[in-house]
Amino acid sequence: MSAAAMAEPPRLRGDLAIWLVIGAELLTFGLMFVAFAFARSRDPALFDAGQAQLDLHGGAINTVLLIGGSWCVAHAVDALRQGRRGVAGRWLAGSLAAAAGFLVLKGHEFAVKSAAGFDLETDTFWMFYWLLTGFHFLHVAAAALLLALVAWRMGQGAYGRGDVHAPETAAAFWHMVDLLWIVLFPLVYVMR
Amino acid sequence: MPGHPIDRIGLFLLVATGITFAFGEAGLVEGTAWPVFVMLALAFLKGLWIALDFMELRHAPALWRRLVVGWLLLVLLLILLAWALTPRPVAASPATPGPAATVAPLS
Repeated sequence: MSAAAMAEPPRLRGDLAIWLVIGAELLTFGLMFVAFAFARSRDPALFDAGQAQLDLHGGAINTVLLIGGSWCVAHAVDALRQGRRGVAGRWLAGSLAAAAGFLVLKGHEFAVKSAAGFDLETDTFWMFYWLLTGFHFLHVAAAALLLALVAWRMGQGAYGRGDVHAPETAAAFWHMVDLLWIVLFPLVYVMR
Repeated sequence: MPGHPIDRIGLFLLVATGITFAFGEAGLVEGTAWPVFVMLALAFLKGLWIALDFMELRHAPALWRRLVVGWLLLVLLLILLAWALTPRPVAASPATPGPAATVAPLS
């Protein structure tokens, strides 16, 4: 972030409406995370058996993709604030590539698990797995769509120094899906 | 060490993710307390960096910053509480032969 941005009076980066959505999403996912944790405490053997079927490497790669996407988005917004639209476009392309990588890898994981017969009705672990990761997947797709929309509008000459409200709004939503995964990954894929 | 704050944060996030992955790969988080504490502390730090620096809540009104950071802390503490309450198999000692494992709550 630039020195000028840091010198501004306190304000939310992005539209208030998206921050209200973020608040609602954090609450919803938070309840699901805690419900998952306490459900596991009641039947750890079942959850350990389910978790053993998950691919830790795939989960870690997905974490790197989301963090990489956030890194690119933060740079894109920073570049736009400085009026460097070409640079911002390249960073946005990087974030979209990371988002696409996440969606493809996660989609492949879903296909493999589904083909192996693990669905919402298999047991409590798999119900939570599909709800948590599926819901999160949809949010990544929505965030990628917002970023693509910003990239498309930028290609038409929109945004630049002093006009970053929409990019900040899309960025806030993208970073939220990253924040959610930061809790989801250790909880569902690693902790026992 | 990268010069731009965004690069430094990105690097820290990757290193923290690598540690979490290594714990999982080595099986360290199976019923052992300290790796779970470290992993959840790392998750808190990662979330804090994302919230304060990437979402730029460091420069937002304090209410929003407290809401998001408070959410993160509360969720991770409740996950830790649930983990601590989970009954775990305890290996039988040589003095008490019998079934391979019995279930006892974590102390």
